[in-house]
Amino acid sequence: MSPPTPPAPPRAIFIGENMRALNRKLFRDLSHSKGQSFAIATVMAAGVMTLVVFVTALDALRFTQERFYDDHEFAHLFADLTRAPKQLESRIRALPGVRGVEIRVRAPVRVEVEGFPDPVRGEILSIPPGHPPEINRLYLRRGMLPEGSETAIAVNEVFAAAHGLQIGDTLRMVIRGQRVRLRVSAIVLSPEFVYQLAPGSLIPDYERYGVFWMSERVLSRAFAMEGAFNNVVLTLDGTVPEADVKAELDRLLARYGGLGAAGRDEQVSHRFLEEELSQIEAMTTVLPAVFLGTAAFLLHVLMGRMVRTQREQIALLKAFGYSNRAIAAHYASFSGLVVSIGVIAGVVLGARVAEGLARMYLTYFRFPDLDFRLRSGVLLLSAAVAGGAALVGAFSAVRQAASLPPAEAMRPAPPPTFRKTLLERSPLWGHFAQTSRIMFRNLSRHPLKAVFSVTAIACGCALLVVGSYQFGAVDHMLDIQYRVLMPMDAHLMFTDPVHERALGELRHPTGVRYLEGYRSVPVRVHQGFRSVQTSILGMEADSALRPLVTESGRRVPLPRDGLLMTDFLAEDLGLKAGDTVALEILEGRRRRVYAPLAGVVSEPMGVNLYMERRALNRLLREGPALSGVWMLNDAEQQEQLFQELAEVPALAGMSDMRQAERNVRAHIEGTTLGVMGVVLLLSFSISFAVVYNNARIALAERERELATLRVLGFSRGEVAWVLVAEVALLTTLAIPLGWLLGTGLARLLSKSMSMDLYRVPFHITPWTYSFSAAAILGASLISLLLMSRRVWRLDMVSALKSAE
Amino acid sequence: MHPGEAVFVAQDLTKHYEMGEVTIEALRGVDLELRTGELVVLLGPSGCGKSTLLNILGGLDTASGGSLRYRGQDLTRAGERMLTRYRRNDVGFVFQFYNMIPSLTARENVAIVTEIAPDPLSPEEALSLVGLADRMDHFPSQLSGGQQQRVAIARAIAKRPSVLLCDEPTGALDSATSVSVLESLETLNRELGTTTALITHNQCIGGMADRVLHMSDGRIVNVTANPSRAAPRDLHW
Ligand SMILES: Nc1ncnc2c1ncn2[C@@H]1O[C@H](COP(=O)(O)OP(=O)(O)O)[C@@H](O)[C@H]1O
Ligand SMILES: [Mg+2]
Repeated sequence: MSPPTPPAPPRAIFIGENMRALNRKLFRDLSHSKGQSFAIATVMAAGVMTLVVFVTALDALRFTQERFYDDHEFAHLFADLTRAPKQLESRIRALPGVRGVEIRVRAPVRVEVEGFPDPVRGEILSIPPGHPPEINRLYLRRGMLPEGSETAIAVNEVFAAAHGLQIGDTLRMVIRGQRVRLRVSAIVLSPEFVYQLAPGSLIPDYERYGVFWMSERVLSRAFAMEGAFNNVVLTLDGTVPEADVKAELDRLLARYGGLGAAGRDEQVSHRFLEEELSQIEAMTTVLPAVFLGTAAFLLHVLMGRMVRTQREQIALLKAFGYSNRAIAAHYASFSGLVVSIGVIAGVVLGARVAEGLARMYLTYFRFPDLDFRLRSGVLLLSAAVAGGAALVGAFSAVRQAASLPPAEAMRPAPPPTFRKTLLERSPLWGHFAQTSRIMFRNLSRHPLKAVFSVTAIACGCALLVVGSYQFGAVDHMLDIQYRVLMPMDAHLMFTDPVHERALGELRHPTGVRYLEGYRSVPVRVHQGFRSVQTSILGMEADSALRPLVTESGRRVPLPRDGLLMTDFLAEDLGLKAGDTVALEILEGRRRRVYAPLAGVVSEPMGVNLYMERRALNRLLREGPALSGVWMLNDAEQQEQLFQELAEVPALAGMSDMRQAERNVRAHIEGTTLGVMGVVLLLSFSISFAVVYNNARIALAERERELATLRVLGFSRGEVAWVLVAEVALLTTLAIPLGWLLGTGLARLLSKSMSMDLYRVPFHITPWTYSFSAAAILGASLISLLLMSRRVWRLDMVSALKSAE
Repeated sequence: MHPGEAVFVAQDLTKHYEMGEVTIEALRGVDLELRTGELVVLLGPSGCGKSTLLNILGGLDTASGGSLRYRGQDLTRAGERMLTRYRRNDVGFVFQFYNMIPSLTARENVAIVTEIAPDPLSPEEALSLVGLADRMDHFPSQLSGGQQQRVAIARAIAKRPSVLLCDEPTGALDSATSVSVLESLETLNRELGTTTALITHNQCIGGMADRVLHMSDGRIVNVTANPSRAAPRDLHW
């Protein structure tokens, strides 16, 4: 700091103890502009909060997941097969790279819960004789594992919770056509079912699908698997690449109807958990970026204005010998203080909300408990990011203050140059009242300032669009999915594929109006190094219950040969119409077949392949087989229908599609929309902060002018009009800009949140636009009301006293 | 400090402002010498370059040409740091519009200077000198114009500057208040020996000066020395 020549100044010129008066100015300035400082701190806090919330929640969930997986020996490979003798276990164990093996019996069941009329499906897994499972260990929440008992069963916690099951309650199950009565002996959690999902469904339904465990001895007897197993899970020691172990295992199990082992990345629970977590991850970047960007922008406006209005004070301080650095430090500390308040509030609030958010996810992901931790690294990161944003925001103003030449600034700011605007030259001008003319002149005199204000309000409006569009978009998505693409009332699944003759029999039960059979087969799509597991749905070429459409909503008929594919998947795999798709059939004998991709279809949920049903039968080298049936039926007679269908032995399960739709809506509302609700709330407070901030600045800058008008004899109403008209005009200009900005941001968010499970379409409803506009107008109104007291009591004397 | 020793020596000082295509010649070659302990009044019509000259003397601005020496140091060649130090240690300013910092009390407005000066008076002493000991904790908005200007003077002299530069200190004040402000300046000049330059466009104020420099159109056109200084209260308004 001290210059090289002449001796250093005797006192430091830094902000410090020697400059108490300057510090006092700092605090008084802060309290003078407290409304605006508070607004900026709020926006800053919102940005920091979202960052802390999402990063911390994500960290806590990942940490919890890791701990649960490690402590409970979550398997690395999972394989289903038709049936293999238990002796095979030792050969699997001998494969290089294998650390642990557990062979199991896995049986699909139908469950009857007392007092619950809907069909319930589930699966039972065996517990090895003599000891609890060593891979995918169970976490015992309550009770005792049903080791030797004939009738005891362990129930996954979500299912127990959904039905209020207690230890000692009984359940009736149908295992391979046999009815058995079982007693709940334990309520458990498993790393394998953190996210409990029925095979083939996208959304969990804890009431209608359950996972159970029972003694292997009992289960093998009931399921006719004595001395054999049909499922195996492995942990690896890491010495051999997973793909190699998998290849060896597949080779070994191929003879026994093995369908190919799945790694964790294809294990249902793990995969969905990862998808949800990656969705949170998308939020950790987009949302804080938006909020902190807005905060930086507001800070820029506030600091710019402050330096402008304090031009003379800055010059004075320089005239007294304060150095440029001391001045820069002064204004930097001002923004530093505002930002610190925001950061502290954001961190404190964020830390509280983060645990809440993580716990909310825990209602969907079942872990024994949340290992919540607040990492100082996360907090530091948030502070650093916020600080960076603040730096960007305040930089130009601070630099401007530092470089203001003292003499220049001693002169009153050069009188504004007037040019007649287009409006003023137009004949319209004559019709404006004096006060409106003042308003127009004020704005046109400082066009840059007006642009800033408009942009700031537009930011608030944009945040509202981003915060609210998902509500409409999700509704739109579900409408498409359930009203257009899946209009069936019920869905029946056969245990094994049946001849299409079966359709005839299913026409008889009560209330059935229309039926369509389909064939569904799990496949793995191979493309280059990548492969994705999904299924081919074979259906009528012009299916009424499962129509296929393009992105623009045009119907696409199924070709005689060849595949249609969900566009999201095709894009993901880099496939386009005309390409040949390599498919591995994961049913019966695994074969690799090829089929041409005839086109893509658009659907917001899930990813699938589609074929004409008979073409699929041919591809599978089978007769006219069906995997299931879609039907339309009378809603009033549905209960009766399900009761009659429950007696059909070939049915593995049935689902009520209206119920499924309700579940999906509830699920999405619970997760995504819950989060967006928080975002919307923040957007609200930010928009208000922005609008209030802007109106407050307008008042501060006009106070003297307005007082002068009062002195000249204008009424309070006329004087207020100058302010009201200005705020109204700026707001009106800002709203369309905010829509534009918000639309862009929403598109960004939609894109970053797309995933296999569902893709909220980029669809903004007029409701969203009108809502965001209404919120901004409301905020303007409230801001004006809050300031009306000040306008009412404009102090004519003191406003005119300090000379200009 | 020996009476008669030169504080400022300016030779052929020029200053011009570029305003787009036009160049404004604010100073067209000013020669000047100010001596220790002198009270000099700069007189001239509005726009003749008085403020420009004072700003250059005070290190707020730099000349376009010519030379200016302050106690032998060349100010025309001084960099930003040196000028900052010069303003901090050696110069006191008083302006027409007082230039209080509105968020600070009278005492704090003075403290803001004493806190960075090497050997200052205390804010209380400085305010007593201008007769405002009882108004120290008032904010500028609670003070009259004359009182604010006296705070500004206290602020300017609190650092014990070797030169005091006042740009129309009474320009915004009525005559009675002006007298009290001028008396403060006169007393300080006499008792502390602070070299003082005072700008005004009010002819009669010239009577209280040792010398009156008449400016016109960017030049000093005439210098008159008063055989004896008149007391401010005896000036004819
Ligand atoms: N920053 C500036 N830019 C352009 N012209 C200036 C500037 N400052 C002063 N001037 C011009 O220089 C001349 C002298 O100004 P000034 O020294 O303020 O006059 P005085 O103080 O005697 O009234 C005037 O014509 C004024 O318009
Ligand atoms: Mg002047």
